[in-house]
Amino acid sequence: MDVLLLSRIQFGLTIAFHYIFPPMSIGLSIILIIMEGAYLKTKNELYHQMTRFWVKIFGLIFALGVASGIVMEFQFGTNWATYSRFVGDVFGSALAAEGIFAFFLESGFLAILLFGWNKVKPRTHFISTILVSFGAHFSAVWIVVANSWQQTPAGHHIVGEGLTARAEIVNFWQIVFNPSTIDRLSHVLCGAWQAGAFFVLSVSAYYLLKKKHIDFAQRSFKIALVVAAISSVLQLVSGHHSAIVVEKHQPAKLAAYEAHYPEYEAAPYHLIGWVDEKNEKVYGISIPGLLSFLLSGDPDKQVQGLRAFPPENRPPVNIVFQTYHGMVIIGVGLILLSWLGLFLWRRKKLFDYKWLLWIFVLSVLGPQFANQLGWFSAEIGRQPFIVYNLLRTSDAFSKTVSVSEVITSLVFFGIIYVLLIALFIYLLNDKIQHGPVNDQLKKGHLA
Amino acid sequence: MNITLDLNTIWFALVGILFTGYAVLDGFDLGVGALHLFTKTDEERRLFLNAIGPVWDGNEVWLVTGGGALFAAFPRAYATVFSGFYMAFMIFLFGLIFRAVAIEFRSKQPMRWWRQTWDISFSISSILSSFVVGVALGNIIWGIPLNAEQEFAGSFWGLFHPYSILIGITTVALFMMHGAIYIVLKTEGELHNKIRNWVNNTIIFFIICYVTTTMVTLIFIPQMVQYFKQYPYLFVIPFLNMLAIANIPREIIHGRDFFAFLSSCAAMIALMTIFGIGLYPNLVYSNPFPEHSLTLYNAASSAKTLKIMLIIAIIGVPLVISYTASIYWIFRGKVKLDAMSY
Repeated sequence: MDVLLLSRIQFGLTIAFHYIFPPMSIGLSIILIIMEGAYLKTKNELYHQMTRFWVKIFGLIFALGVASGIVMEFQFGTNWATYSRFVGDVFGSALAAEGIFAFFLESGFLAILLFGWNKVKPRTHFISTILVSFGAHFSAVWIVVANSWQQTPAGHHIVGEGLTARAEIVNFWQIVFNPSTIDRLSHVLCGAWQAGAFFVLSVSAYYLLKKKHIDFAQRSFKIALVVAAISSVLQLVSGHHSAIVVEKHQPAKLAAYEAHYPEYEAAPYHLIGWVDEKNEKVYGISIPGLLSFLLSGDPDKQVQGLRAFPPENRPPVNIVFQTYHGMVIIGVGLILLSWLGLFLWRRKKLFDYKWLLWIFVLSVLGPQFANQLGWFSAEIGRQPFIVYNLLRTSDAFSKTVSVSEVITSLVFFGIIYVLLIALFIYLLNDKIQHGPVNDQLKKGHLA
Repeated sequence: MNITLDLNTIWFALVGILFTGYAVLDGFDLGVGALHLFTKTDEERRLFLNAIGPVWDGNEVWLVTGGGALFAAFPRAYATVFSGFYMAFMIFLFGLIFRAVAIEFRSKQPMRWWRQTWDISFSISSILSSFVVGVALGNIIWGIPLNAEQEFAGSFWGLFHPYSILIGITTVALFMMHGAIYIVLKTEGELHNKIRNWVNNTIIFFIICYVTTTMVTLIFIPQMVQYFKQYPYLFVIPFLNMLAIANIPREIIHGRDFFAFLSSCAAMIALMTIFGIGLYPNLVYSNPFPEHSLTLYNAASSAKTLKIMLIIAIIGVPLVISYTASIYWIFRGKVKLDAMSY
């Protein structure tokens, strides 16, 4: 094992772990706004209780997000020094905006959300909730801008040569609105809303199955179901647009999504399959011409295949294929599930089927897996480049770090993440079992 | 060389302000952690934890933003320092995460051994994080070996030399003093009076470290005092620093805990300012080969990026400061334990 591979494993591990949390908090923040808004409007104590309960869960998710997020940011410098020198100038503005506008907003006002119920007026608390949600969304904006620039660089020029070369800013707005920003951002945000909504659905369905907190659970469930149904459909639209952008700007990645090898030919769409990379063949079920049709409306449109790229510029195909299709299958499943829920709601049978509630309990894993798989296909599909067509991953790692150092840190991260995830599940379960009690009436005073 | 107020210097100052904010804010969290084992009863330890409970993760955001600003404004320095201090920063990160885990886990079970285990984890990780940050700072002051490509050319154990260890211990002492005053500010009754007596001990411990550090620095690190010799009026800052520290016991005696805390904050700001002036115009001083040093010019992003970021900062920073201050204002007052507490 070399430093490059170990650093890639470590980065993959830390970012995948981090990405469990922010999408949930972004999605949950939307639901919090709806709940607390309903409380302010109706003065119904139930909404108050709902908000208080989900705020506590939000706080837990946020804390895990901060703890794992610091690691992420340090890693750019510790393990990817050459990359950091290359992108620093371009990433600078986005990072500055993220830190100043997003992180402080979210963390600062979260204290009011969590501990400020008796210290500020209800309206101020509600505004804090909106600001926290705004901060959470804003943090997604800037990090996706930075990542999208890595996928479809724009608005820069290259200064210097070899390992001292770097990208320098030419046009700020071209960097921010590089060709893939909007589509990728909407895809990420829809995924985050799904993660939050299905999480609330899962916990509420669990309460309903256990016949606990029925009123609370039904109302939470319905709010989350609407958010889930809307965001799942929007996700399909944004996914479709993203694919078109990928075809235009990162054709090798798109070809890898479908393992489309022929240089220029109409491309099928696979429902499921396995790629034999050696013989450049795919075994599976496919619909001829469907990819061409989805991209252009014409089933005979030629799509640039992997053979059009020299082997050293192709991403690994099977893993990109599998992660991409895994994401799509889950995405379709989430649409079907949430709209089935809406349909039954209309028929007033939403909570009548135990098996369906069990599926909803498990549905929290759907967006989690889809989000992870989507990122894996997006990032591995960009390989062998770390910045598309500008910097190779194999050039980007830290030259001064040794194999034993990365192994040591990797082992430590392994241990610490096991601890953190155990802590998260333990505390989450604790809060869920504890349930939504009206702390205010019970305890009288809050710290 | 003269100090000129150009974009690079402004960003040097801004990055400094963010890290100073982190030191002042998370400094008391870490200090409370370092003092944690000195108090014995469960209730007192819970009060310690709950004093920092609502704020510690928000305080860490200053670190995230400081790191981000360094990456953005001086990517070459960020890349060299973070990859060069690889293991040291990993230990720091593990310390920070472990601290968070310990705070959360401790209150979940009532068993003595359980709480004792997490108390020890909490305290050791706080001390370790403070010490490693100090060691890193000490290396930046002393200088680290850089090669012609401005990459770190030393080793992990090479980072631990007498001077950096001294700064490491001084940092722990500073945070302990700061944390003790914060606890005084946030508690009442018996514990309050007990910790009041601690403050003097922590001040003495810090002053011993501080005086030693100052003398060693004056003797062995001439580049750190170059600007103070060139512009003698700058000596006002170390003077104010001494005044601020001397003022702490006075305020404590008069029961003005908040002013004692402000004095401690002022002392930390002064210390970071002295460090900044000493370092200027270097970001990473190369020792031995000073010509390989990373300065705020050769390590910086382009003028255009610095300018755009400055606009962002001018809009954002006043907002951040004003609502951070109001949030601390909302949560002023003494800690009380209840069912929601750690």
